[in-house]
Amino acid sequence: MHVMAQLAMVMNLDKCIGCHTCSVTCKQAWTNRAGTEYVWFNNVETRPGQGYPRAYQDQDRWKGGWELNGRGRLRLRAGGRLRKLFSIFANPLMPSIQDYYEPWTYDYDRLFSAPMQADTPVARPRSLITGQPTKISWSANWDDDLGGGPELASGDPVLRKVSDQVKLEFERAFMFYLPRICEHCLNPSCVASCPSGAMYKRSEDGIVLVDQDRCRGWRMCVTGCPYKKVYFNHRTGKAEKCTFCFPRVEVGIPTVCSETCVGRLRYIGLVLYDVDRVAAAAATPDEKDLFEAQKGVLLDPHDPEVAEAARRSGIPDDWLEAARRSPVHRLIFDYGVALPLHPEYRTMPMVWYIPPLSPVVDALSETGHDGEDAGNLFGAIEALRIPLGYLAELFTAGDPEPVRAVLRRLAAMRSYMRRLNLGQDPDESIATAVGMDGARIEDMHRLLALAPYDERY
Amino acid sequence: MTAMDGPVSDALLRMGRHLRSGTVSPDLRTLHQVGGRRADAFYRDRWSHDKVVRSTHGVNCTGSCSWKVYVKDGIITWEAQETDYPSVGGDRPEYEPRGCPRGAAFSWYTYSPTRVRYPYARGVLVEMYREAKARLGDPVEAWAELTTDPARRERYQSARGKGGLVRIGWDEAVEIVAAAHVHTIKEYGPDRVAGFSPIPAMSMASHAAGARFVSLIGGAMLSFYDWYADLPVASPQVFGDQTDVPESADWWDASYLLVWGSNVPVTRTPDAHYMTEARYRGQKVVVVSPDFSDAAKFGDEWLAPHPGTDGALAMAMGHVILKEFFADRVTPAFTGYAQRFTDLPFLVRLREHDSGGYVPDKFLTDADLSEGGGEGGGGDPFKTVLIDARTGEPVVPNGSLGFRYRAGGEGRWNLELGAVDPVLTLLGHVGAGQAVKVALPRFDVPGGVLHRGVPVTEVRGHLVTTVFDLLMAQYGVPRDLPGEWPRGYDDPAQPYTPAWQEGITGVPAARAARIAREFATNAEQSGGRSMIIMGAGANHWFHADQIYRSFLALTTLTGCQGVNGGGWAHYVGQEKCRPVTGWAQLASALDWSRPPRHMIGTAYWYLHTDQWRYDTYSADTVASPLGRGTFAGRSTADLLSASARMGWMPSYPTFDRNPLDLADEAAASGQEPGAWIAERAASGELGFACEDPDAPANWPRVLTVWRANLLGSSAKGDEYFLRHLLGADASLRAGEAAPEQRPVDVTWRPRAPRGKLDLLLSLDFRMTSTTLFSDIVLPAATWYEKHDLSSTDMHPFVHAFSPAIDPPWQTRTDFAAFHAIAEAFSTLAATHLGTRRDLVAAPLMHDSPDEYATPHGRVDDWRRGGAVPEPGRNFPKITIVERDYGATAARMAALGPLLDTLGATTKGLTFQVAEEVERLRRRNGTVRGGAADGRPSLARDVDLCEAILALSGTTNGRLAAQGFATLARRTGTAFDGLADEHKQITFADTQARPVAVTTSPEWSGIETGGRRYSAFTINVEHRKPWHTLTGRQHFYLDHDWIHEAGEALPAYRPPLDMTALFGEPGLGESGEHGLTVRYLTPHSKWSIHSEYQDNLLMLTLSRGGPTIWMSPADAAKAGVADNDWVEAVNRNGVVVARAVVSHRMPEGTVFMYHAQERVVDVPKSETSGRRGGIHNSLTRLLVKPTHLIGGYAQLSFAFNYLGPTGNQRDEVTMIRRRGQEVDY
Repeated sequence: MHVMAQLAMVMNLDKCIGCHTCSVTCKQAWTNRAGTEYVWFNNVETRPGQGYPRAYQDQDRWKGGWELNGRGRLRLRAGGRLRKLFSIFANPLMPSIQDYYEPWTYDYDRLFSAPMQADTPVARPRSLITGQPTKISWSANWDDDLGGGPELASGDPVLRKVSDQVKLEFERAFMFYLPRICEHCLNPSCVASCPSGAMYKRSEDGIVLVDQDRCRGWRMCVTGCPYKKVYFNHRTGKAEKCTFCFPRVEVGIPTVCSETCVGRLRYIGLVLYDVDRVAAAAATPDEKDLFEAQKGVLLDPHDPEVAEAARRSGIPDDWLEAARRSPVHRLIFDYGVALPLHPEYRTMPMVWYIPPLSPVVDALSETGHDGEDAGNLFGAIEALRIPLGYLAELFTAGDPEPVRAVLRRLAAMRSYMRRLNLGQDPDESIATAVGMDGARIEDMHRLLALAPYDERY
Repeated sequence: MTAMDGPVSDALLRMGRHLRSGTVSPDLRTLHQVGGRRADAFYRDRWSHDKVVRSTHGVNCTGSCSWKVYVKDGIITWEAQETDYPSVGGDRPEYEPRGCPRGAAFSWYTYSPTRVRYPYARGVLVEMYREAKARLGDPVEAWAELTTDPARRERYQSARGKGGLVRIGWDEAVEIVAAAHVHTIKEYGPDRVAGFSPIPAMSMASHAAGARFVSLIGGAMLSFYDWYADLPVASPQVFGDQTDVPESADWWDASYLLVWGSNVPVTRTPDAHYMTEARYRGQKVVVVSPDFSDAAKFGDEWLAPHPGTDGALAMAMGHVILKEFFADRVTPAFTGYAQRFTDLPFLVRLREHDSGGYVPDKFLTDADLSEGGGEGGGGDPFKTVLIDARTGEPVVPNGSLGFRYRAGGEGRWNLELGAVDPVLTLLGHVGAGQAVKVALPRFDVPGGVLHRGVPVTEVRGHLVTTVFDLLMAQYGVPRDLPGEWPRGYDDPAQPYTPAWQEGITGVPAARAARIAREFATNAEQSGGRSMIIMGAGANHWFHADQIYRSFLALTTLTGCQGVNGGGWAHYVGQEKCRPVTGWAQLASALDWSRPPRHMIGTAYWYLHTDQWRYDTYSADTVASPLGRGTFAGRSTADLLSASARMGWMPSYPTFDRNPLDLADEAAASGQEPGAWIAERAASGELGFACEDPDAPANWPRVLTVWRANLLGSSAKGDEYFLRHLLGADASLRAGEAAPEQRPVDVTWRPRAPRGKLDLLLSLDFRMTSTTLFSDIVLPAATWYEKHDLSSTDMHPFVHAFSPAIDPPWQTRTDFAAFHAIAEAFSTLAATHLGTRRDLVAAPLMHDSPDEYATPHGRVDDWRRGGAVPEPGRNFPKITIVERDYGATAARMAALGPLLDTLGATTKGLTFQVAEEVERLRRRNGTVRGGAADGRPSLARDVDLCEAILALSGTTNGRLAAQGFATLARRTGTAFDGLADEHKQITFADTQARPVAVTTSPEWSGIETGGRRYSAFTINVEHRKPWHTLTGRQHFYLDHDWIHEAGEALPAYRPPLDMTALFGEPGLGESGEHGLTVRYLTPHSKWSIHSEYQDNLLMLTLSRGGPTIWMSPADAAKAGVADNDWVEAVNRNGVVVARAVVSHRMPEGTVFMYHAQERVVDVPKSETSGRRGGIHNSLTRLLVKPTHLIGGYAQLSFAFNYLGPTGNQRDEVTMIRRRGQEVDY
């Protein structure tokens, strides 16, 4: 057992209001400079939707992440490293600027400088790439709130997999938001793709970084990352990516995106993992088993053996303590409500998500059922506006069972807590039905609803 | 490890990996590295700063969020939310962090290319001014000449909005501004000067600085809350209160939440988490929205009524609640509440109607009892009557308006019932026994009338029933009474059944009934913790007051008002200036002169932009089929002039003469000025300006806009503004009213004036549609460059703006700018004006004995056959105010003496503030010499902030305690322990951290002991009456004009029919200009009003320019694809935008999100050949007559409390795909 520590994040999508404050504060702090105009270390996508860059989840096209070869061994999906090295100068597996978006500004100065003229001055758009007047046809968040309707949403690679279950029409409309940063994977395909060895994973906290001195701008990391969270700075000619705000977290301040998240849906915590088990877990044959395999790599910080091994690996006691109090660990294990994003990419991503519960489709209510009654709530999960299958394609390689289990727990929490809210006796059977007890539900409720600043991070 | 592929590539990689220090995984998969990371330096450097300054954003979003502004090398770098709000107790989520993406993008403005760095003026104007001044040697004479010469006037007015701005110096800019003010006051009168700056809560000192200047010189400050249509008129009607609502942390207390017409994640971004988190506590959330909105994502259920039909759904829900919780069984929690806290037990007289049968008429009052010779203390028409179940006799309970101001009412203005047991229904009541049919209007069918029975009894010769019984008839709850009643919930023909509403709203009947049942059941189980968050989606309609009354019926019938976690939660506009008393004194300069001129914004714009000339319908179009014809043959402008001449609503400019000259003439006459004026008005010698708004003498001449973007945001009827107020080009397409449609009491001049304003001045930090059309633009400091104060409805804190940097370039704070203007003004005024007496006409005021002016709400119009005009009764109150114009700047910078003697009054409660004045003298310093010798200084913005805090009960516990003691003498009830007597919040406190305010009688909620603010908890728990006729929450209104409109009770009124009113094509029709659809303008995700809609970050996260959202079905009909350029056209104007096609949208309705203006990516229109307009280029003002009522109980004027709303939701537009190659 070789214990390493990893900073990880959980985002509760059930609480995400899609406001994009995280994106703006991140961009203002890190990427509002020449060369990174189009770069959003943190972005928020409306799902269903194409995401940023456009349709990045379509790995048949982009070949990001890992796959298993015929012998069941991991290989970069974009091809073995040899092929990679040979295709350095002609990489077809790179999103173009149009797949991100062509950044622009406006002729704001006209508002002051326009001479006497026949009509009101106006600031027209101008490309930041070419400097020429431009027609805006794509942006960092073009299909926000289902903008573009059925036409664009049908280009969502995730939706395509479950399109038989989904109708993009007014009465059945559904959406939720997916905020994304770098996954700071345990098995990062970007790092493995880098021919210069410029990318690395910090050994103390697992943050994945690009060494700006060493990066040669080959951009294989961009291809290698299935989440498309490594970007190319066209001014410096180097790769840049989310740093997990290491200058902040090193001094005990949460990441910008977390601290400024007004939905209060982000949790940061330390998890411990056995680095020796990563590769084997990532090579788990059946994609649907990858979620459990990934959990299996993480270690229980309360286990004395783990603690001992951690000490041997040089992890200080206060880090161990942090791992024990980690809200991330609790959400993954104690409450079992957090899931990784696209485990089938086999990168062992370390930003986890609580899937969105609501809203319950109206069909259920029309039957006259009380939406708060536990039994009906569980039933309702089958009738969610957001198809279970869609969530499963995001979080569990298509296996609906783990998603269902999470949603049942969230529903049980609401049902259990409602009785307390109304001054009624607690009903343990609600908790039991989802494999919990009342006390654990109340603790989970505290973490999900109440947790103040210092308990979220 | 052997999990990896390929030996050759491994070898190559091994080479690369081993060139570095660090640990490589055995399979070369991962490189782990410790230490020696010099390459990280870039990111470490970037995360460094010299200081962090607390400030906030002043933007009318209700956020009032505290922010950290990071500064490095004297440059603002970025911002992030503060997270140090005081705890709300630990039993609920805390207020951290609060903020939104708009706020996070604000610092972009500081150095942006749209930043106004210097004073600008229109070149042609400056040229002419300089020439005239050089020749005449005097700024005032120069201004007089160039504004009275038609050719020169036309020259600069027609150039408005067409570029040609030039940089000028501050001195010259304020000189021109001062000259314009002096000339206007001298020539036309101070009430021809106006200031527009909304929402004091969002930056109190910046508002007060300018408003104080305008008030000192006698100018009119224009209201905004009603003009924005954010005022829910139902609130004064029902509660006698402007608006009072729970803070967002109180959503946590609700166990059932209806989110109705409010897109919480978008418009209450910082607080939305309380909704998402309360769900985890088992709160059920039901979202009512016509589109699948951001909020709908969180709904356990989503109801999508057709736009504007919310009232029908709410009425049906009320039907279910009345049926199941009042008729089928008695719900003690509900009936007990209704007996004590509502007007439901009060008696209403029935009047025989021409059609046979009866109609509900006036409340039975003490005066009616006396006429009949019975009991009653003095025959007071403001004491209402109910029947005591114990005796069966009528009684006059405590708490009605008659007890509030009359001598005998001391100690009895309260809701104590003693042993009295109010009878809710006369059904089965001893002495009843008969029932009569009453006629009630319905508006879902033309001329509709319902005939339904109510149980009645006779009191002193008057046939009466209770409000409750009328309500049961109105809602159609059958109780074996005569008349037409629904067969059941599934009866689609009879209002207000669930099936009936389904035909109108599209919401399935069973669902409507179930939600109503759940809402009430939850209220019963939880003790009133059912809440409705309601917003602009329901409140911006012409008949929004009726929509809201039907909502409020739900929260009031179920006993939820005045309960933590229950009741209405109306959030539209940042209306809550918590330190309201201090702000009001300073902003209106009440320390120097009273009364101020406060004008209703909607009426001002309606008249002065000549929208009234385009009213092609009679005012009785909106009247009840059961009315007396009061509105027949009259236009809305006629009703407006009636309201003005009876003193109901303010009217500025008031008379067709300069009020300074009138004051002199009145003095010369030797008569009392009010009597003198009234006589002249009665004889016709003197006219009201609003009776001839197009006469040059009656035009507004000088308008200053600050903290606002009138022409890019709130100007409903923007194109009318451009054409008539400014004389600029406009894309207005409407035709004027035909001769038979024109007003009868208002003069119709053959040609509508173009270009009424001599000067439009704006202060801003960015270029907007207003600055582009202004004659002079002054560069303002941003919110990160000044001291100020902020508060909101949403949280209970006051906190500070602080400068992170000094105002850069030549920018100045609003405070500094207005002081500069005041200095220049005083210099010119000393010689041109001197000291003058100003005759001020003020309306009959709310929360004052003026509420007694109109007994029974019987209209006495002296111009139309009523009694002679009598100031203070059926005519405005007339006061002479002395103005030492040369001392304006000195007075502005000092706290005046009237506070010492008259105190400070809020909502009828006067605070004695002599101690506070002394304290401010010590804290701010004392003025030595000049016109304000010996007074406390207000020379700096922080002095102003300090004074606001010292003079308000919420921030000064001593005043709160004093106020409760004063109040207790009138109510006779106790408020002990509510105030925190020793709490004094200073400006420094608010700079350090947000500070919670204390419980104060200025508001109605209790925060003592860490409780969350919820409106009316003082009323419920301390038996304090509401500020209404009965002292209770009103279901019933009995003013003549309310009856005329058929709105005595909550009723469903459909959206206005634009085809009938204006000849627009019918919905769904296609023609030359495209498909006709409903046109809604909800609040945007990427801007706060027009702020941020030009911000590069927000544009990058959205579609990069103006857009209109439409459904795939409509897009198909109009041949539109996503991101196509489209044109939307109606009679009011033209909009050019990109289409966003989405299945989130319902068919038949398009959204153009609010306040997308003409500055960014707006090409020329094919229809007009001119620049496309703003979202309000397709709307116009439609004034609802009942909003003009005044002088009667809660229906009396107060600033931003009551007045006609600038609603805009009933509009339609034609939309079509246009040529895709656009010209700019």
